[in-house]
Amino acid sequence: MVDVTPADAIPPAEVAEMELYHPHSWWTKYVFSQDAKVIAIQYSATATAIGFVALVLSWLMRLQLGFPGTFDFITPEAYYQFITMHGMIMVIYLLTALFLGGFGNYLIPLMVGARDMVFPYVNMLSYWIYLLAVLVLVASFFAPGGPTGAGWTLYPPQAIMTGTPGGQDWGIMLMLVSLILFIIGFTMGGLNYVVTVLQGRTRGMTLMRLPLTVWGIFTATVMALLAFPALFVACVMMLFDRALGTSFFMPAIVEMGEQLQHSGGSPILFQHLFWFFGHPEVYIVALPAFGIVSDLISVHARKNIFGYRMMVWAIIGIGALSFVVWAHHMYVSGMHPYFGFFFATTTLIIAVPTAIKVYNWVLTLWRGDIHLTIPMLFALAFIVTFVNGGLTGLFLGNVVVDVPLSDTMFVVAHFHMVMGVAPIVVIFGAIYHWYPKVTGRMLDERLGQFHFWVTFLGAYLIFFPMHYIGLMGVPRRYNELTDVTVMTESAQHLNSFISIMAFIVGFAQIVFLFNLIWSIRHGREAGGNPWRATTLEWQTPQTPPAHGNFGKELPIVYRWAYDYSVPGAKEDFIPQNMPGAFGTSREPA
Amino acid sequence: MAIALVLVLIVVGSVLFHFLSPWWWTPIASNWDYIDNTIIITFWITGVVFAAVVLFMAYCVFRFRHREGNRAAYEPESKRLEWWLTVVTAAGVTALLVPGLFVWNRFVNVPSDATDVEVVGQQWQWSFRLPGKDGKLGTSDTRDVTPENPLGVIASDPNGQDDVVVEAADLHLPVGKPVKMLLRSIDVLHDFYVPEFRAKMDMIPGSVTYFWFTPTKTGTFQVLCAELCGQGHSLMHGVVMVDSQEDYLAWLGEQQTFAQLTAPEQTGSADQIPGKTIASGQEIAAELETVGSR
Repeated sequence: MVDVTPADAIPPAEVAEMELYHPHSWWTKYVFSQDAKVIAIQYSATATAIGFVALVLSWLMRLQLGFPGTFDFITPEAYYQFITMHGMIMVIYLLTALFLGGFGNYLIPLMVGARDMVFPYVNMLSYWIYLLAVLVLVASFFAPGGPTGAGWTLYPPQAIMTGTPGGQDWGIMLMLVSLILFIIGFTMGGLNYVVTVLQGRTRGMTLMRLPLTVWGIFTATVMALLAFPALFVACVMMLFDRALGTSFFMPAIVEMGEQLQHSGGSPILFQHLFWFFGHPEVYIVALPAFGIVSDLISVHARKNIFGYRMMVWAIIGIGALSFVVWAHHMYVSGMHPYFGFFFATTTLIIAVPTAIKVYNWVLTLWRGDIHLTIPMLFALAFIVTFVNGGLTGLFLGNVVVDVPLSDTMFVVAHFHMVMGVAPIVVIFGAIYHWYPKVTGRMLDERLGQFHFWVTFLGAYLIFFPMHYIGLMGVPRRYNELTDVTVMTESAQHLNSFISIMAFIVGFAQIVFLFNLIWSIRHGREAGGNPWRATTLEWQTPQTPPAHGNFGKELPIVYRWAYDYSVPGAKEDFIPQNMPGAFGTSREPA
Repeated sequence: MAIALVLVLIVVGSVLFHFLSPWWWTPIASNWDYIDNTIIITFWITGVVFAAVVLFMAYCVFRFRHREGNRAAYEPESKRLEWWLTVVTAAGVTALLVPGLFVWNRFVNVPSDATDVEVVGQQWQWSFRLPGKDGKLGTSDTRDVTPENPLGVIASDPNGQDDVVVEAADLHLPVGKPVKMLLRSIDVLHDFYVPEFRAKMDMIPGSVTYFWFTPTKTGTFQVLCAELCGQGHSLMHGVVMVDSQEDYLAWLGEQQTFAQLTAPEQTGSADQIPGKTIASGQEIAAELETVGSR
């Protein structure tokens, strides 16, 4: 506690601060707002709303699978529309939008010590285009023929043919247009996040002092900016095939005895484009979750994240590797079989940095001072479900093991565990963690406990047994399993059990939604830093933070984000903007 | 506290479920027990890792839970531990990958004595074609598909004349003989999947894909379509019967060849120009096609 860090260690501000745009009316303050925090809430609310549509769709599917033949209104067409829209909403319009548009917008400026995103106006446009994309998507439910039922992967040729719901109606067109809009909107937001992290950091906030939350969101955004263009062109090309009769993805085809005019296109080209986007997409969702969960564990175990530098390099390594593994989704697609050797190898290599992250999370718990708060409980649930789902990824990534399991319920169970349940429990943990900053009040603890236990145990009971139904050989995307011989009667009972659990877990989400709304007014007052955390968002002069985030002076950063329980220091946390040396901090540099 | 107990229960419960539940793979009926063995290796390695990580977590949560006056240790990193864990993980991954790639190498290299069998998928049924006495399948083209020639066999190819065509009926295979399944589709993606054979592969219009296997048990097996192919996908079942050699030959003798099937209409269909049978409803699309293909 002796030598104070000399002030000249902090670089002077390179450029003078720019005046923020100040809203003049209610409309520009809360609706057409340029404040990243308001945009974040708009993104989150929209994503949550459309997410509940996806939840209802999953219930409808589970009704059909759990109790076949009982619900006449679930026709095969309707069933395929449910699975398609459920998948697309969850992956794109909920998870991507919520992690990057929601958490990214709220946390990046606050955590790096910026007043706002660097391009606030473009940031605002990003949200409104996202909203338009969601509305176009929702419109397809009301269009003639209903939404597309092509599966969320939208594989041609079937996606644009009459045998598929929405294939020759409006469904597929609206889906493609909505995706194109989403990507345009995302690009506007994404450029903002990247430039803000690179250029908007406050003095002293070096890259190696960034909280891992920011590292996760930043890397995911860079990946999304590189991956989404592949989906964009695939959508445009399919739109041309469907609307103008081109043949990018359409070879010569006989449909129901009739020769179509297409010729020479390649269905597998679409799959390469789709998965060149689609695999990085898994990590676009996972990396923000990795980052956030690292911070949740560190704060609530009162301990620095173990191996910070390794964690940063693991995030970057996973991000880079995830661009060379895409064809592991295509082992049985009929691509050249020798690709299997390459993609199995790259896919299993990616397990190494991923495993390192898991080790570092559990080693952060080791000799910690673990507060079993709701965010910590959700973080523990994340580790369990992520490890489980990650390990079943080693089955599917190992080309020959994938052959019997591909396109079965095993795959459904795997990806729900690893990129459904795992990131979503992180979202829940993050909401319980940051809600006090956003609203100034805590979420209700008892409702939170209920929400946690039902969600965690329920989701595990849904998806763990489902792997074994897949192992039996039961294919996915079947609305009708009664004539499938490998589907035994006992497995049908298991399916009914899974459906009942799905309803219970879904109900817990309604309780959560109630908690979110109720606590805005009735929650316990939180104060500015209820978790006694070090990062800058907890050091704002006002809670909720005002427009401009930090009052008159931007904070200056003197230390890394993980000075918890520093020996010799009085408190068990030292905020990043606290000058001076305390105890024996050993910031990795 | 409860969470530590629950974490232990999750591990114990999952392991018990794995060993005691009645839900397991269907008995194998092909030579791909190599694949089953690789799955078993994977179950063991991943199972041990899962149990170790979650039990360690449970221990930490119990042992280092917050109590009044507790303080966490301060240890930013440990290079030695991190490297050690990296090496162990890499070794585990290698133990999975090496047998996997070894078996994949077998899977993609078809033995020279395998017989060709063609499978043709269309919404939502399966057809098959076997080579005739010449042992060769004739070439085919989606453009040649007509009601009389549902598989689009090219009539001018002499190799195709004696091919045995099994339209929308069961496939029979002789037991113990390796077969190379040549997979085609004339409309959308399908996937030929028989759970008991452990193998599957997508069928792509415009391409011929393949896999090979040797049936090892006689019996009747269900074919499932494993790639979403439209609203009839879940009803696209077929049947493969694996017969003894005598039964197989008896069945084969009852089948018709391509020449027999097309004999009366042969001249008519040969004159037809492929791709010119467009229904009236498609005329607008056809006009747009010419615009788009420039």
